[in-house]
Amino acid sequence: MSLDVATLRADFAILTRTVRDEKPLVYLDSGATSQRPRQVLDAERKFLETANAAVHRGAHQLAEEATDAYEDARAKIAAFVGVDSGSISGSAGGGEIVFTKNATEGINLVAYAMSNAATAGPEMKRFTLSEGDEVVITEMEHHANLVPWQQLCQRTGATLRWFGVTDDGRLDLSNIDELITERTKVVAFTHQSNVLGTINPVRQLVAKAREVSALTVLDACQSVPHGPVDFHELGVDFAVFSGHKMLGPSGIGVLYGRRELLEAMPPFLTGGSMIELVKMEGSTFASPPQRFEAGVPMTSQAVGLGAAVDYLNSIGMDNIAKHEHELTRAAVAGLSAIDGVRIVGPGIDEDGDVHDRGGAVSFVVDGVHPHDVSQVLDSLGIAVRVGHHCAWPLHRRLGIPATVRASFYLYNQPSDVDALVAGVREAQRFFGVTDEEPANGQA
Amino acid sequence: MQLESMYQDIILDHYKHPHGRGLREPFDGESFQVNPTCGDEVTLRVHVDDDTITDVSYDGQGCSISQASVSVLNELVVGNTVEQAMTTMNAFVELMQGRGTVEPDEDVLDDGIAFAGVAKYPARVKCALLGWMALKAALASAGAAEAAQGVEVQ
Ligand SMILES: Cc1ncc(COP(=O)(O)O)c(C=O)c1O
Repeated sequence: MSLDVATLRADFAILTRTVRDEKPLVYLDSGATSQRPRQVLDAERKFLETANAAVHRGAHQLAEEATDAYEDARAKIAAFVGVDSGSISGSAGGGEIVFTKNATEGINLVAYAMSNAATAGPEMKRFTLSEGDEVVITEMEHHANLVPWQQLCQRTGATLRWFGVTDDGRLDLSNIDELITERTKVVAFTHQSNVLGTINPVRQLVAKAREVSALTVLDACQSVPHGPVDFHELGVDFAVFSGHKMLGPSGIGVLYGRRELLEAMPPFLTGGSMIELVKMEGSTFASPPQRFEAGVPMTSQAVGLGAAVDYLNSIGMDNIAKHEHELTRAAVAGLSAIDGVRIVGPGIDEDGDVHDRGGAVSFVVDGVHPHDVSQVLDSLGIAVRVGHHCAWPLHRRLGIPATVRASFYLYNQPSDVDALVAGVREAQRFFGVTDEEPANGQA
Repeated sequence: MQLESMYQDIILDHYKHPHGRGLREPFDGESFQVNPTCGDEVTLRVHVDDDTITDVSYDGQGCSISQASVSVLNELVVGNTVEQAMTTMNAFVELMQGRGTVEPDEDVLDDGIAFAGVAKYPARVKCALLGWMALKAALASAGAAEAAQGVEVQ
């Protein structure tokens, strides 16, 4: 079964609006944040109108219903990514799923828990880093999966190392044996690059990390929304993703941690809700996931994310992946066919298709700065992202200051790709670079 | 939207044929500015002789707006006193931060009035101000700091 775009688009009211002088909106920025269907908004509203209360505290009926709604959402999300919803009682839904503000907070949670482990007892040794230890990341990381590790290394004296990127936008694994060694404590990498679209070989990296007993952290921000992902099957130790990139609300993200690790790991934020016993002299902490959810959590957002998962399941993640693959292939082919346009990331292979890449399509246009390209696209109603997309080192490595990025989701249609390709041609025409001299007059 | 309202011919002209581009010696103050959201950058030097700005040299990479703006800056301030340059900067900043409500004074801003259309696009205002932030910082580092005070470039 393929996906019926026309029908599902009716669930996204925002897609019917016009922008910039009555131009129909062509939304190609789902890699930054996705739009939300009516079903998600309805679920949040219904929760707020019928069951809103602070969860995991209070014994009144609303508190009970709110807690159930929150934990049901956790269980749905756990099942969605193939991990344990390990319910002991109705009030402890998914042992392996921790709600955070966003993916960024999830990564920081792990990095700070590791710093906190340094001052804890010897039983925390597996989480501690010190001089001589190494953290391995990649040059294609989003700043969210880069800066927290840099900072952790600075706090602990550990060394940050990274995989390079090949000219065609793949991870350079040629030196994997020199990079991942007995000194490696953490290997953190993205599942799918938010710039290049590249899908990384998770299993290979996990296998290598396991050989040296390093912990793996997967940035799944750009993979979980777009296709079937099963963290148990991938074998990663930790993974993060954000609700707002998968039809859900902003203000909610998810950290997955292998049960046994979450059980052993010290907390990041402390305070209410995460404790077991508090005395003036000291405190003990709750079991996961509560240990990592200090304070009153975001509740309607969790419910909304649960509804987003229901929505995605009703369409089918395989169908979504297939649909996006078609759009991606068409966009990469259409853009590469324009003289003076270069795809930044894996292009069309010899078989005429794209492989191991998702729907983030970044490109540069000779003689027209990405900002100016996006301004022309914007004037035509086409919303794309421009800049370094929070992956500055990657752009530096590729020798380009910025790119234009179009990114696709289930509600995009082939005509959106056509509009993009035509818009890029229009930008070339407007800036007078179609064949002649470059517009910026520089060498 | 009328693209032409942002990309006035004057702006495209300055972009294609920048005035005074390139870093030169001698100079008394230098500043490197970068827009962290998009990576646009400019390095700008000032040469100040007896309170007169005798040269503004610069290099950088970025969009048409940021690069044209620094070219216009060069035209506007070279040959002026530091104080005159500050007045011009204030007028330009006011124009750019006015969300399209400020009527620019051509006597003060000359080609700079072409940026009035850019002021309507908050995302591009930073591009237009990048060179001016560099000028302010370069003057400060040249010791013309007192004069550079009292200007808030965001
Ligand atoms: C690959 C990747 N990692 C991390 C993030 C950070 O997500 P958030 O800002 O929701 O925490 C993003 C989002 O831009 C992303 O694309």
